[in-house]
Amino acid sequence: MIWQFDIIILIFLVVTAVIALRVKDLLGASMIFGIYSFLICLLWAEMGAVDVAFTEAAVGAGVSTVIMIATVFSTTRRSKD
Amino acid sequence: MIIVGSLLLSATKDFPDWGDQDSPANDGPVSSFYIEKTEEKTKVPNMVTAVLADYRGYDTMFETVVIFIAGIGIIAVLRTYGNNDSTPKNQVGDEGAGLLAKITCSLILPFIQLFALYVVAHGHHSPGGGFQGGVMLGASYILLALAYGLARAKSCFSEKRTLVFAVVGIIIYVGWGVLCLIMGKEFLNYSALDSILPGGVEMARSHSMLAVEIGVALTVTAVMFSMFSNLSTKGRLDKGL
Repeated sequence: MIWQFDIIILIFLVVTAVIALRVKDLLGASMIFGIYSFLICLLWAEMGAVDVAFTEAAVGAGVSTVIMIATVFSTTRRSKD
Repeated sequence: MIIVGSLLLSATKDFPDWGDQDSPANDGPVSSFYIEKTEEKTKVPNMVTAVLADYRGYDTMFETVVIFIAGIGIIAVLRTYGNNDSTPKNQVGDEGAGLLAKITCSLILPFIQLFALYVVAHGHHSPGGGFQGGVMLGASYILLALAYGLARAKSCFSEKRTLVFAVVGIIIYVGWGVLCLIMGKEFLNYSALDSILPGGVEMARSHSMLAVEIGVALTVTAVMFSMFSNLSTKGRLDKGL
């Protein structure tokens, strides 16, 4: 476990999480959720939990992002708060 | 919020080190049993799949049922059977994405599905297993729907077929447990199937894990595609994304 990698990816993770909540464009927010999913998958793969990383990559960066984008298309694209 | 965050962060100083020999995860009796005995009792090198499908197979069965209930819940909440009286008369039609996306997807889709089936079948020796392969197979159908339009994906995997797949997956899992009951031992005790599966007792557990993972993969595939098709068309299932 290389701690330099970990620190960088963790900083990116926290920044992504804060941005995903603050952005007003909902389509961009669902894309940023996908980025968050990729980053946490990288963290898990580096820690040795390859099964969990595989599942997170398939579900989070694949199906979950598509479903969120499909839902955003059904409602407004601009957040109202 | 910052106060709670800093309190939590200061509590992480008490955690054992990474890969510590003395930490309870590495040294406790349960995990030592799993780490030492899995290979000789089940002949399955991937410990995660062995714990998931054999030692804790009861939990995995209910996880599959929860996924099935989620799919059914989305169908129950969203699905409408209106008589097409709110759609405009001259619809553009559902052609999906542009030509380049269609050609790329048609080139890569068979490989995605083949790899998904490989991941399901090799869950014992490589990372993967039923759930990951099922999600990839469902995602391949979602890719088909995105590239060619929902009508084409529905002709391959209609709504009735998704429900049949989901139910058959659960019946395979529960039925395997009942088969173990019939052969004499407890529910989901795979060593009871020694007489009808080839190989010794260990190979019976390995083959049973494969059968159970196939059940999980079928259910997950069907539920992923059904969730996507219901959520992207608001329940009407007519025109895709």
